[in-house]
Amino acid sequence: MSVKVSMKVNGKPVSADLEARTLLVTFIREQLRLTGTHVGCDTAQCGACTVLMNGKAIKSCSIVAMQAEGADILTIEGVAKPDGTLHPMQAAFKENHGLQCGFCTPGMVMNALDFAKSHPDPTEEEVRDSLEGNLCRCTGYHNIVKSIMAGARAMAGKP
Amino acid sequence: MTASLIGARIQRKEDYRFLTGAGLYTDDVALPGQAYAAFVRSPHAHARIRKIAADQAKKSPAVLAVYTGADLAAAKVGGLPCGWLITDVNGQPMKEPPYPPLAQGKVRHVGERVAVVIAESLAQARDAAELIEVDYEVLPALVDPVKAKGAPPIHEAAPDNTCYVWALGDKAAVDSAFAKAAHVTKLDFVNNRLIPNAIEPRAANATYSRAEAGYTLYVASQNPHVERLLMTAFVLGLPENKVRVVAPDVGGGFGSKIYLYPEDVVVTWAAKQLNRPVKWTAERTESFVSDAHGRDHVTTAELALDRDGRFLALRVRTTANLGAYLSTFASCIPTILYATLLAGQYTTPLIHCEVTAVFTNTTPVDAYRGAGRPEATYVVERLVETAAREMKLDPAGIRRKNFIRQFPYQTPVALCYDTGNYEATLDAVMKMADVAGFKQRKEESLRKGRLRGLGYACYIEACGIAPSNVAGSLGARAGLFEAGEIRVHPTGTVTVFTGSHSHGQGHETTFAQVVADRLGLPMENVDIVHGDTSKVLFGMGTYGSRSIAVGGTAIVKALDKIIAKGRKIAAHLLEAAEADIEYDRGVFKVAGTDKQKTFGEVAFAAYVPHHYPLDKLEPGLNENAFYDPTNFTFPAGSYVCEVEVDRDTGATQVVAFTAVDDFGKVINPMIVDGQVHGGLAQGIGQALTEGCRYDSAGQLLTGSFSDYAIPRAGDVPLFKLDTRETPCTHNPLGVKGCGEAGAIGAPAAVMNAITDALGVKDLPMPATAQTVWRSMHKAA
Repeated sequence: MSVKVSMKVNGKPVSADLEARTLLVTFIREQLRLTGTHVGCDTAQCGACTVLMNGKAIKSCSIVAMQAEGADILTIEGVAKPDGTLHPMQAAFKENHGLQCGFCTPGMVMNALDFAKSHPDPTEEEVRDSLEGNLCRCTGYHNIVKSIMAGARAMAGKP
Repeated sequence: MTASLIGARIQRKEDYRFLTGAGLYTDDVALPGQAYAAFVRSPHAHARIRKIAADQAKKSPAVLAVYTGADLAAAKVGGLPCGWLITDVNGQPMKEPPYPPLAQGKVRHVGERVAVVIAESLAQARDAAELIEVDYEVLPALVDPVKAKGAPPIHEAAPDNTCYVWALGDKAAVDSAFAKAAHVTKLDFVNNRLIPNAIEPRAANATYSRAEAGYTLYVASQNPHVERLLMTAFVLGLPENKVRVVAPDVGGGFGSKIYLYPEDVVVTWAAKQLNRPVKWTAERTESFVSDAHGRDHVTTAELALDRDGRFLALRVRTTANLGAYLSTFASCIPTILYATLLAGQYTTPLIHCEVTAVFTNTTPVDAYRGAGRPEATYVVERLVETAAREMKLDPAGIRRKNFIRQFPYQTPVALCYDTGNYEATLDAVMKMADVAGFKQRKEESLRKGRLRGLGYACYIEACGIAPSNVAGSLGARAGLFEAGEIRVHPTGTVTVFTGSHSHGQGHETTFAQVVADRLGLPMENVDIVHGDTSKVLFGMGTYGSRSIAVGGTAIVKALDKIIAKGRKIAAHLLEAAEADIEYDRGVFKVAGTDKQKTFGEVAFAAYVPHHYPLDKLEPGLNENAFYDPTNFTFPAGSYVCEVEVDRDTGATQVVAFTAVDDFGKVINPMIVDGQVHGGLAQGIGQALTEGCRYDSAGQLLTGSFSDYAIPRAGDVPLFKLDTRETPCTHNPLGVKGCGEAGAIGAPAAVMNAITDALGVKDLPMPATAQTVWRSMHKAA
């Protein structure tokens, strides 16, 4: 069964005829060729596929594209400024060496963007709690935690 | 530019692409006409295949082909080779049963590939794979490695399920030292099987060009040249020059992406059959059952001591589980990379280790971060700590009493340590961890209803396996050198090609620091290229923390040639004798004068050789080097872990972890810290959360992230790190390697801390809340 799906991705209206079972992440990666959103598991645990849907972090592997009908989706490709300048959260990851292989990174950043909105100056514990659904095998989380603490403060305009 | 780039915390060049979604991992590669593969895998641990019914699958929509083992056999596709021949105690070669890419007649572990379906879309391939009916005759499964001998054989070539029995050391001398010892400490333990779980699943995408009669394989690999060599020469019988292997951005490896895997072979072979690009990307469940696992030793270890706590002898007996087939480097892990490390940081004069390596109906086991060395460190450091407790000696004191202090030091287990200062790292870690204040912290924890424990681990690692000829005499079937090339462009910018591979380690930054520092150029003028056999001259890839020590040295050797040639060119341009030309930070100078040419001017002259000694010198400025180390490097360090155990639930938290490492010279401390963080988390994972489990029928019970707990952010603390530095004596950078240290030292430190907290002799890993709770209740 084919369905027509329309949504906004990174500010751009997109639509496609998809098999009904097509996952949102498959649509983003295979149809839109936005391959910064990754797939690291099949049990909605690793968080590598995290995107923002209407401003909220969701795992794009655990909904079908149809469920995002009419939604506003932000992927990692839409986070930096149009001139390429990194968003403060991205910059914080770079400054704090919050990434190594880079595979979990887009999901980490997208999740952090949502988290930082409600936590302008988070504690270490709050950040660790917020990462419950995002797995990293490289960094031991040490510098991811530091990145998100710094990125959240930067987003709130705090030094 | 004046400040040295060596030792500078420089932010990574690679980060921008990863942070903006512009990385290119294998699954991101979509080729024109892309087809997709889905594998049918065995649901049984051990079974005979009676029949494979694939007609329905072949007829289903958009299916291009279905292949089974019979098709590959008919096409004379070979089995996967093992890269290291171990010779057993009787001088016989290890048993090497065939490892076909698709099962031939029998399956030997859950997840073994039985057939592949290739279709226009991934969904269609998976749908069709479900239609394939395989008629299995289920056979009894062998899961427990200790029960391998005498069990029904898994392979005809290994009737007693034993690959080899191997030993190192003087058994008679060790036994006689034990007979005379004042104290013997004995431990029986399992070094738990781990599942690597790089967050990027394995993937392979192969294409064939009839016009070029050549293949290109994109693959999530740590060593593309090795992948190509093994695949072309041993499995598919292809001309090596007609196969390009690209390992683009790779999302973590930890050993699991070193090996040649059946899926890589199958998609490459199929790409030519179908004249279509064929892509396969593992689902996480497939990763759990088909990525090579790590560790899985069953060990009895004994340490003999005199009455003062001096180590007299060490006796170790290990059964190593190799799984169902010999993975690429499986055989050397529990032998060459394990027993040789059993001296640790100590002067133990006599060591004997016997290893029985067996086949079981489980996923193949191979190198996983540390590979043999974490197992060795666990043996030594658990024994040492336990001996100290039994003899009522201070655990730090007993270590100091036995430290090696004079270098070079020849151990009784074949290695010769070139340098180290174990006292320095132990002193530093004790101060940083405030060991003196532990008693007070323990009392505070107790008031909160928690038991607090402190544990040490003083590990040694051997990195950059070498030299090739010695490794060859021990059974290695590959060289262990590394290659590097420096291509200076006419305008003086530089592209560096390295045969080592970065899958998170940050080579593009670290290696650029080395090159920019040596040439005195800005970092942005230097780019590092790796991971493509069509660009890089050759390489052994990245594993065993070898990249900077071996790969970095190859680059330095090539740089030396560049500077040597540059001096010749500069001498001509400056009308001076070559012997008078000095190179300093980007400038060739005539010694004692103000006459000089910049690096860029010399490069330009080499490519526009109008004023150039063409009669004596070739134009161009491009050099390569192959470096084969004269010895391993020996990073070492001291770790202190503190845990708190909840008395009601047994839940254990690492509340402090302090690590002081000696990696020799450190190029980029920011990157090195990151490597240690990641290693520590994996080591803590082994100790606390990660335990691969099979049931008695050989079903993997821990086949998803819901069942197999890799550490989450809440499972690890902020780490306290520092380094001490004794430069490696046999490479020009003085570097040793840092990638595996954390994973090597952490498990023993954590378990020493938990056993201290509980006041018990031993506890199995992973020390989950349930395990700890049971131990507390048994003790009470």
